[in-house]
Formats: sequence, C-alpha cells, structure tokens
Amino acid sequence: MPGKLKVKIVAGRHLPVMDRASDLTDAFVEVKFGNTTFKTDVYLKSLNPQWNSEWFKFEVDDEDLQDEPLQITVLDHDTYSANDAIGKVYIDIDPLLYSEAATVISGWFPIYDTIHGIRGEINVIVKVDLFNDLNRFRQSSCGVKFFCTTSIPKCYRAVIIHGFVEELVVNEDPEYQWIDRIRTPRASNEARQRLISLMSGELQRKIGLKVLEMRGNAVVGYLQCFDLEGESGLVVRAIGTACTLDKLSSPAAFLPACNSPSKEMKESPLVHPPSHGCRSTHNSPIHTATGSRLTQNFSVSVPTLIYTGMGSGSAGKEGGPFKALLRQQTQSALEQRGGSPHRFCRRREFPFFTLTAFPPGFLMHVGGVVSARSVKLLDRIHNPDEPETRDAWWAEIRQEIKSHAKALGCHAVVGYSESTSICEEVCILSASGTAAVLNPRFLQDGTVEGCLEQRLEENLPAGCGFCHIPYDELNMPFPAHLTYCYNCRKQKVPDVLFTTIDLPIDATVIGKGCLIQARLCRLKKKAQAEANATAISNLLPFMEYEVHTQLMNKLKLKGMNALFGLRIQITVGENMLMGLASATGVYLAALPTPGGIQIAGKTPNDGSYEQHISHMQKKINDTIAKNKELYEINPPDISEEIIGSPIPEPRQRSRLLRSQSESSDEVTELDLSHGKKDAFVLEIDDTDAMEDVHSLLTDVPPPSGFYSCNTEIMPGINNWTSEIQMFTSVRVIRLSSLNLTNQALNKNFNDLCENLLKSLYFKLRSMIPCCLCHVNFTVSLPEDELIQVTVTAVAITFDKNQALQTTKTHVEKSLQRVSTDNEELLQFPLELCSDSLPSHPFPPAKEHLESASSNSGIPAAQRATSVDYSSFADRCSSWIELIKLKAQTIRRGSIKTTVTVEKASPMGEGNFRNRSTPPCANSTVGVVKMTPLSFIPGAKITKYLGIINMFFIRETTSLREEGGVSGFLHAFIAEVFAMVRAHVAALGGNAVVSYIMKQCVFMENPNKNQAQCLINVSGDAVVFVRESELEVLSTQQPTANCQPSCPGGEVTT
Amino acid sequence: MTSELDIFVGNTTLIDEDVYRLWLDGYSVSDAVALRVRSGILEQTGATAAVLQSDTMDHYRTFHMLERLLHAPPKLLHQLIFQIPPSRQALLIERYYAFDEAFVREVLGKKLSKGTKKDLDDISTKTGITLKSCRRQFDNFKRVFKVVEEMRGSLVDNIQQHFLLSDRLARDYAAIVFFANNRFETGKKKLQYLSFGDFAYCAELMIQNWTLGAVGEAPTSPDSQVDDMDMDLDKEFLQDLKELKMLVADKDLLDLHKSLVCTALRGKLGVFSEMEANFKNLSRGLVNVAAKLTHNKDVRDLFVDLVEKFVEPCRSDHWPLSDVRLFLNQYSASVHSLDGFRHQALWDRYMGTLRGCLLRLYHD
Repeated sequence: MPGKLKVKIVAGRHLPVMDRASDLTDAFVEVKFGNTTFKTDVYLKSLNPQWNSEWFKFEVDDEDLQDEPLQITVLDHDTYSANDAIGKVYIDIDPLLYSEAATVISGWFPIYDTIHGIRGEINVIVKVDLFNDLNRFRQSSCGVKFFCTTSIPKCYRAVIIHGFVEELVVNEDPEYQWIDRIRTPRASNEARQRLISLMSGELQRKIGLKVLEMRGNAVVGYLQCFDLEGESGLVVRAIGTACTLDKLSSPAAFLPACNSPSKEMKESPLVHPPSHGCRSTHNSPIHTATGSRLTQNFSVSVPTLIYTGMGSGSAGKEGGPFKALLRQQTQSALEQRGGSPHRFCRRREFPFFTLTAFPPGFLMHVGGVVSARSVKLLDRIHNPDEPETRDAWWAEIRQEIKSHAKALGCHAVVGYSESTSICEEVCILSASGTAAVLNPRFLQDGTVEGCLEQRLEENLPAGCGFCHIPYDELNMPFPAHLTYCYNCRKQKVPDVLFTTIDLPIDATVIGKGCLIQARLCRLKKKAQAEANATAISNLLPFMEYEVHTQLMNKLKLKGMNALFGLRIQITVGENMLMGLASATGVYLAALPTPGGIQIAGKTPNDGSYEQHISHMQKKINDTIAKNKELYEINPPDISEEIIGSPIPEPRQRSRLLRSQSESSDEVTELDLSHGKKDAFVLEIDDTDAMEDVHSLLTDVPPPSGFYSCNTEIMPGINNWTSEIQMFTSVRVIRLSSLNLTNQALNKNFNDLCENLLKSLYFKLRSMIPCCLCHVNFTVSLPEDELIQVTVTAVAITFDKNQALQTTKTHVEKSLQRVSTDNEELLQFPLELCSDSLPSHPFPPAKEHLESASSNSGIPAAQRATSVDYSSFADRCSSWIELIKLKAQTIRRGSIKTTVTVEKASPMGEGNFRNRSTPPCANSTVGVVKMTPLSFIPGAKITKYLGIINMFFIRETTSLREEGGVSGFLHAFIAEVFAMVRAHVAALGGNAVVSYIMKQCVFMENPNKNQAQCLINVSGDAVVFVRESELEVLSTQQPTANCQPSCPGGEVTT
Repeated sequence: MTSELDIFVGNTTLIDEDVYRLWLDGYSVSDAVALRVRSGILEQTGATAAVLQSDTMDHYRTFHMLERLLHAPPKLLHQLIFQIPPSRQALLIERYYAFDEAFVREVLGKKLSKGTKKDLDDISTKTGITLKSCRRQFDNFKRVFKVVEEMRGSLVDNIQQHFLLSDRLARDYAAIVFFANNRFETGKKKLQYLSFGDFAYCAELMIQNWTLGAVGEAPTSPDSQVDDMDMDLDKEFLQDLKELKMLVADKDLLDLHKSLVCTALRGKLGVFSEMEANFKNLSRGLVNVAAKLTHNKDVRDLFVDLVEKFVEPCRSDHWPLSDVRLFLNQYSASVHSLDGFRHQALWDRYMGTLRGCLLRLYHD
C-alpha cells in the first residue's frame, strides 16, 4: 500500500540573524524524506520568510512512511561559502497513517538545533494519500493504532484484549562510531536523533505487524525505551498490549470538527484482518516472528554488535534466604481455575498486559507483585551468530515472571513493565507486574456474550473481588495472615496487598491515599566485568529485601494496608546501587486493619535503653494516629470477635461455594493463628535498625491542602477541578566523596527526595487544595559522586466541598477510565444487582463512611446496603451520561431518566463552569495541556490523534554562558515541552495525555564548559472538550431511552 | 552534599508575582531570599530556607530567559517555548515596562545615550534604586525610543502596538520618548517640585497640538506622508510663533490687551491688583517664550522659562490656582478682540496648550 506524502513549506518566523552585516537571514528549506530531497527558493533578507512553496510530493512505500521521519532543514543561503544550517524539524507522519486520527499536520514547528536549541519557527503542511493495496506479504502495519495510555482509551471500547506484544531493534550508536571523531558534534547528534527516529518507526511498524497477526487493531499501553549501551550499541525496545478496539461513535459525533464519515470509510480495509494474508498461518507463538530484525532496513550500517550474556545470577524475588519476604508472591499453591489458564498458554507465550486500569469485570483477582531482575554483561565481542542475545535475555526474564505468577495461582500478569539500568558494561534488566486472574471473556476471540462463565461470575463481588486470594490457602508453604474479606466475608484476603496497577475503580477505599517511597543506597566496590556483575547480583536480593521492609514499615506507619502503582527502580552506578520504590498507599476496606509497629530492644535489662525504646514506640504510635487522622482513615470499628473468627454462617456458605479443596479444620487453624498477632515487630539490635526507625519518622507529610500519589488518581478524592499543571523537576547532587558510608548515602538520598518534594509543594502552593498525581521519580547515577533525580507529575486542583460532588465525580471517574459501550454497561449493572447486591458491599461514598465510623459497631449488613446505594447510583448515572452522549440519534425522552440525570450532574456542572478559566481570546498560540494521566479533569477526550514519541539531543560548548547546568537543562526541558506542544497543535490536538519523560540523560563537563543531554518523551495527542461545553451541547438533546435505566432506578430506591 | 543542578519546569510557566517584583527591582538571589524570609513566607508555608533559595533561583532563571522576549513583547505572545496564560503575559510585560517615578525624573529629557547610561550608578545611589533596575528602566526607555523613533502615526498607538502596553503606560512612554527627543530640561533645581505626571501631562498636550502629527490629524491630507510624526515639534509652527511678538512689542496692542483683561476680571480676581501690576511682565514672559522657540536651546529650556517667567512670579504673589485659571482664560480669549492682531489661529494653537501646561505646572 504505497502512498504519496505531500509537504508544503509556508513560512518562517523569528529566525535567528545569520548575516551579521545586514542583521538578516537569507533562508531556504530542504525537505527530505527517505532519499529524496526538495528545496524551496531562497527568501532573501528576512527573519520572517514567506516561502509559500509548491506541494513537494514524495511517492513512497508505506513501510517507509512508517519508519522514516519527515526531515525539514532550514538553512541560510551563502553565496561564497557553505550554507549554514539554522535548524531542523523532524515530523513523525505516523498519525496520518491511520484513519480516525489526524488528517493533516499543519502548524508552526519550532526549528531545533542540537547546539543552539530552538531558533525560530516554521509553518509546514503535511498530508498523506494512501493507496489501497492488498499485498499479502506486506511489511507495513499502517492502520494499527498506538496508545501510550495504559487503560482502554476513552471513546473506544475493547472488544478483545489479545495480550502482550514486544519487539526490539539494535544498532550501533553513531556517537561511538569511528566517524564521530572527525565530524562535528552537531552532525553526530543529528545522526543519532535520526537513527533513533528511524528505529522507533521500524519498531512500531513491527509491533503493528504482530498486532495484525493477532487480529488486533491497536496497541494500548505502548511503552518504548532506549538503552544507550555506549560502545555496545543502541537498543530500542517496546512492549504493549494488543487489543481490538471499537470506536464509540457518539461522543465525537457532537463535534463538527471530528465528524468525518469519509475517514471512517477509509479505515475499513486497514483494520480488518481479512485483508492481510498472514492470518491463517498464525498458530505459532508470536515470539518466533521476530526473525530477521537486524538485516532489514539498515542496509548502510549493518549492526556489528553482539551481546554475549553472562547469566550471572538472575536475582529474582525467590532468593533463598528471603522466602518470607513477599509472601503474596511466593505461595506456590496452584489452583486450577477451570479451563482458563491453558486457554492463554495455547496462543500466547506470555500472558502479560501493560495495562494498569481495566474495563469493569476484567480483573478478577490480584495475587501480588511479581518481579524479576537479572544482571548482564554487555560485551563487544563480535559474534554475528548470536544476534538475538537481547531477545533471549528478555525472554528469560519474562519466563521467570510468568512462573512467579503461576506460583501465585495466577494465569496473567497485569501492570507489566520492563526497564534497564546500565553502567559501563553492566546492565540490570528488570521486569515487574502484578499477578492476576482475569475474566476470560475479554481475552477471547469470538462473541463477548458466549463465554460468560457462571462459576466465575458468582464469586465476583465488586468492591473487594480483586482482593481475594487467587491461590489456595491450603498449599501455602508460609504462614500467611489470611482473613475473611472484610467486605463480603466470603473469601480469604491477605493482610497486605502490593500491586503495580492503578486502584480499580470499584475498589472500596477508606480515607485518602498517599505517596509512599522506599529509598535505599548500597555502596559497592568498583570492579570490572564479571566480578562487578557478581557483586551486583549479590547485592540485589538484599536491596529488594530492604526496599520491601521499608515499604511495609511506611505503609503500616500510615495506617494503610495496600500499595498500588508500585514501581521499584534499581539503578546501578560505578560504586553504588540505588533503590527507589514508589507506590500509593491506601486503606482497602476489604483488607484487615494493619497492626501497629512494635519496637523490641535487644537488651531489655538496661533501664535507660528501655526508656528510649518506649519513647520511640510512643512516637511511632503517635505518628500512626496522626496519619490516620490526616488521611481520614476511619475504618468502621468492628469488634474483634467479628473479625477474628468469621461468623460461622458465612464461612459455611463460602465453603459451599468453594467446595473443591477446603478442609474446615485447617481453615480454623489458620484463623486462629491470625488475629492480634499482626503487629509488625521491629528489632532494634544495632545502629542500622535505629537508623531505619529514625528515617521512618523523618518522612514529613505534605503540607495541609496537598496530597500526592503515583497512581492516576488519588483514592478518596473525586471532585477534580479543571486546573492542571504538569511539570518536570530535575535535581543533581554531588556527594562528598570523603566519608561515604551506606548510612550517609542513605541520608543524602533521602534528603534529596524529601527536599525535592518539599520544593514541589512550595512551588505549587497557589494551587491548594491540590493533589500531585502520577508522581514519577527516576534515579540515575551519571557519575561517581552524582545522584540525579528526575520527577514528572501533574498537580490537579480539587474542590473541598467533596460530599456534594461525590456522585458526579464517580460518574466522571468511571467514564474516564472505562470505556464500555452501551450494551456492556447494560449487562454489568444487571449482573451486579442481581448477583452481588444483597450481600456484597460496594464502594462506600464518603458520607456513609463517616456516619458509619461515628456510629461504631454498626452492623455490617446495614452498612452494606447503605453503601450500595450510592455506588449503584453512580453506575446508573455513568451509564446515563453515556446515553446522553448517544442521545442525538434517539429522539424520545423520558421523565424518569431526566430526573436521575439532573440529580447526578448539576453540582459538578455548575462547578466546572465557574472554575473554567475565561477563554484566551487574544492569544495567538493555542494552549496545549500536558498530563501524565490518561484523562483531563473536567473534560472529555473526543479524539485520539496519534502517538507522540520524540527524542532530542542538546549539547552546548558554552555552558557558563547559558546559565550553567541548571540554565542549560531548564531551557532544554522547556524547549522539549514546546516541541511536544507544537506537534500536538499541528495535529489539531489540544492536549497530550499519558505523557511520560522516559529518559533524561544528562552529562556535563564543567571544565570544558560542555554539557549534553538526551531526552525521550512520549504521550498520546488528543482533542478534548470541556465538560461544561459538552453539556451545553448535550442538554439540548433530549435524554432518551428509558428502558435500561428503569430497572436500575428501581433497585436503587 | 551540594546541589549541582536544580530545576523545575512546568508546562504552564509558573510566575510568582512577588519574586518577579524582586527580580525587576534588581535584587540578587540572596537578597531576594532574605527579603522573602523577612516577609514571613516561611512561617506561612512551613518551607525551609533551602526550599526558598531553590524556588527563587528557579524563578530568576525563568525571568532571565523571558527577558529576551520581553524586549519585544509581541514575541512573547507568539513564542512557543513558554506557555503562559494571556493575563500573565500582560502582567509580565506591564511590570517589566513599569518604571520608578524617582528614576524617570532623573532621566526625563536627557539624551538616551551611552553617556547617560554611565551616570546610572549616580542615579542609583541618589534614588536608592538598584543599578540593575535603573539599567532595565533606562534600556526600556531607549528601546521604546529606538523602535518608535522613525515611525509614522500616533506615538501612543505605535508604542502600544509594538510593546503591548496598557493605555496608561503607553502614554507615559510617549511622554518619555517625546521629552527625550526634544531634550526638555527637567532637572534644574527650580523644576524639582514637578512630578513626572506634570511633565507627562504637558507632553501629551504638546504632542496633541504642537507636533506635525497634530496637524496631520486633521482630515488626512494626502501629502502629510512626509513626516506626520508625533515626536518632533512642528518647525513651521515654531517659526510662526515669532509673529506673536507684536503682542508685546506693539505698545498699543499690549495696553489694549491689558485693559481688556483687566476689565473682564475686575472684581472676579482675588489678586487683581497684583495681576494688574504684573500683567505686562507676565505677558512679555509668555510671548517671549513663544518667540524664542525657534532655537533648539530655548526649546529645551521651555519648562525652565515657564516656571521662571510665569509660575514663580504668580506664586510669589500667592495667586490661588482658580485665579490663575481665570487669568489665563481671559488672557487667551481677549486676544480675539484685538483688531490689529491677525494670528488668531496661531495664538490659539500656542496658548491653548500653554494654558493647560501652566495650570498643571502651577502648584507647590
């Protein structure tokens, strides 16, 4: 399916002065795609040239369209000497290749030079005409949509979630080629930028092919990373989740701008699998399809690098001495759950999902975090027979993850991600995810309705189902604290739950959540090659253990019992290892109340020591109490008898349900062993432990009015207002090399992170009350004594008058995070009300909880029903919202539904209107919002325009003149933001969601007055519409179709 | 542990108004931090000095990067690097171009040259405004001057268009540019009692009536394209002003003028006798000022002359402002009744403006 790429260069502005004599510039433009180059005329003596060129036309294969970036170079014409380059613009034309995204790229792009930064702007128009071609053996995958968002994108519906796709490509790093010694830094940087652009294009195309093979049409949770391995080369790898998505037609239909029926037509041949030939042959695992990756497309620079892996100790979490550590992970009970596990294995090698949020009902049970690391040596030895070492490494790790998940009785891993840390020739590969049991009906080809399994459905209470252990308690090799679920009292739950996913929407949470971090440094001797790798792999299990202990302690100190969005990053440096774990702690109502922390001294006879201990103990208890108050954790006081030994009746019932393998004796035994013994005991037997306790207490809570979390949304806060501020903050500290001890190091690192957070709170104080969401810390060790911490997050304001808004915001939340169509929404509420309503509590609204806690010892059943109401109403109204959107096709109204709608929304509506800032009428540059979240508060995403994946290098040889390292990096990051915004605006979008800065590699050489920085960012370009505007539109439409909502209304009242 | 690098970049550029003010006022980072500490911000927010330091540095760096754009405000609107809401952009520009009364009085009417710039440290010591701030203000004056110097059309409009200033501030800049261009002396000791506002008021009147632009404003004559500028006084007009001399040179005319004024004002003026005694001196003063305006030197001394020849004599006789107003009205109007005097229009153009200026200048 070849295509025609058309480019028009319109004008330039704010160009730099290139001719000192006249203070002007004679600019012209080179437009290059593949090997074809066009030039515009020279526009003499102007800083604002108007080229208004003809349409430059490139006739190209769609394979090239996917791989190659459009390269636009602005030059200054010089009659006597060589033309001087002003700068370049790389435009990824991928968004034009799938139909319902952008149709044209048109706008002002910053002209970027790797040495001088942004130098003026250029106005460009790009279009693509695709010709249909039913080539059976095509190499391209045009039409497959890519999303960075790790949930099903709004305005789409997941028909099938196929599963894991991965790919990697390798090349030599231009920076390390011999030619780099003779070319300019600029040429070298540009070669690198171009190469990475090419490689990511190729990678995306190959992933697309795999998706087509799986008969999917989209990749969700697409995560692409670069490994800069120095002399060993450059690896670009990507993972994602293949899906078949259906566009929800209604929301977009309101907007004239997005309404392009002709485009929809164009899509069909691309998306539907029948049009390509590979289909029938694909029973084999996808993994094998990666065959000749190194030989295609890079005809010029044939990769010469090969890795010989040194499999020095895969340091997984199952390390011998620490078997007890993550007990959720290591319980090896394998409960066969019907036929579901093997169904996955048949077709997919790795049942992994990069998604972190799921359609309702998708996630059935969560086992716990599974992770695997392995230390490898990057080797330069030329060995062309083994081009796939990298692939093998990852396969090994994934295999390990898979077996961990199996050990937890889970057949899938969700919230899956992979990362590397490289220092010289040592590389740590890490993978982690959350073992889970999924509802198979989303995963299967074929009809959605056909495969509902009754057995699974009946065990699926909404608010707590995912907490129930997926493994068999009988076969647990370790004493685990299991209790009956505090919510439904039917099934067992662990006392603590760690996950890498976002909090499920329907989870019942008490109070608010908070960011919890574990920080850790370990010194290591400098060593070479294998000795180094061995040293590192020996250290890893200790670090994992300590990180886990810290997390556990801090969680208990906060009075919470579950972690979401857990991300453990281990960074390797020359002489140290750093561990940073971030997660969002919450109190899950289904899980038992966490016990306190008990301090035990070693020498109980010493009086003063004793006193000290009791003093510490008091401090800890006070902190826990304070935190409970701060985060509003007031679980209903249920007397010990009720919790400790579950009431016989429900137990019998549960045994009936889970008839297969339970013997009542053992259950009782387990129950007895649990109980009051759950207090966490910290033994202070040496200074190390003392330090630990101290560091526990030094974590300062955010100032009042601030909350923070690293998940998409803050549990317990629902009423977001529309003001958002995304930011990136970078800090580098230099350690004094004199007395580096582990303790000093830990303290430095801790202070660094804490101070950084404090600075953020201070800077954003004008937004109070607000919440820092998706706080993402990245640690790197650029040099011996340097620690670099990069934070990207978004601050979102919220409304204090929470109670009034609960209903509305629930609606929002579910709409934002879930995309299900009419039919499915219909199905779910019905299932839920018929099935779970009588016995299972739903997520409580805040006011219910408050009343419950003030009225301690309120019977559970009563609580359940009262709670039920609000949540169910939410479902209904969320569904009604959807109907509202669809309503333009259905004209008949009904009083009943209208009433419900009005009950649900007016509060929020009014607030959004009040809060929305006045439109910036006189601004010439359109505002583009950026957020690491998958949604924009107070707004509805109506269209996805394509993925933004950009890589920039900036270098300077006049560091001091540019304001030192801070000035240099500040300007560069601002420029990166600007370029992202410009590309989004040119695609016709007004926001980037799921934005992430995947890499920020900063190197400096102050003595030479030099610095270099590489930044890689990605996200989804979208069009959003303010809800206030949308509602104006939709309220004009009659709300219709009473049928489905009536049953809902009756149940709720 | 030393911080090597410490930055914060928001998708929307954060602007802290207080820090912006400190930066504009030319304080160093450490001074600014000290001042912020003194403002009690640490207590309010529970932040530490280190946090404040980092925050201040960050804002200073941002302002430093923005400064380049602020030199040509339309660039700030079109640039893509900093995403700033329009209201904030306006605030940045307005504050950047705002100036201190004390400073502007020092340089008003001076040539905006390197020489003057060298004297800025003296001005800084004298006014207590930091040298950095003085430089910024001076450079602003000079930059605006350079940009609008050669432009046609309304001075205020040009300034507003190229610097996106508020109406008020654009008018002030017009006055500054006008004064700098005509080099009016404003620094003499006897002029010290006058505020920038007084001068700006006069400048506006003069721009409206005495410049080439003022003539061009009348139904746009096609040949006015030569230079319809607001910055230069209408040379022809200044030449013509010589004709007014007969008002004082011709003894009969002067007597007649006096009697007309005295008749009209008798009983209405508290200081009638003083007026009557001083009439000829005052009239000579005002007319001679007009007649001398052909020389650049005398143009520069316009305000000195006005104060010396009119304001001071009246003030020494304790004329109330209302009497000055009555006198000037009558003094200008009576000329129309002088049959032997033909330059009525010229007189009105001169006196209309001068009357406004004098009334403004007449205070303690």
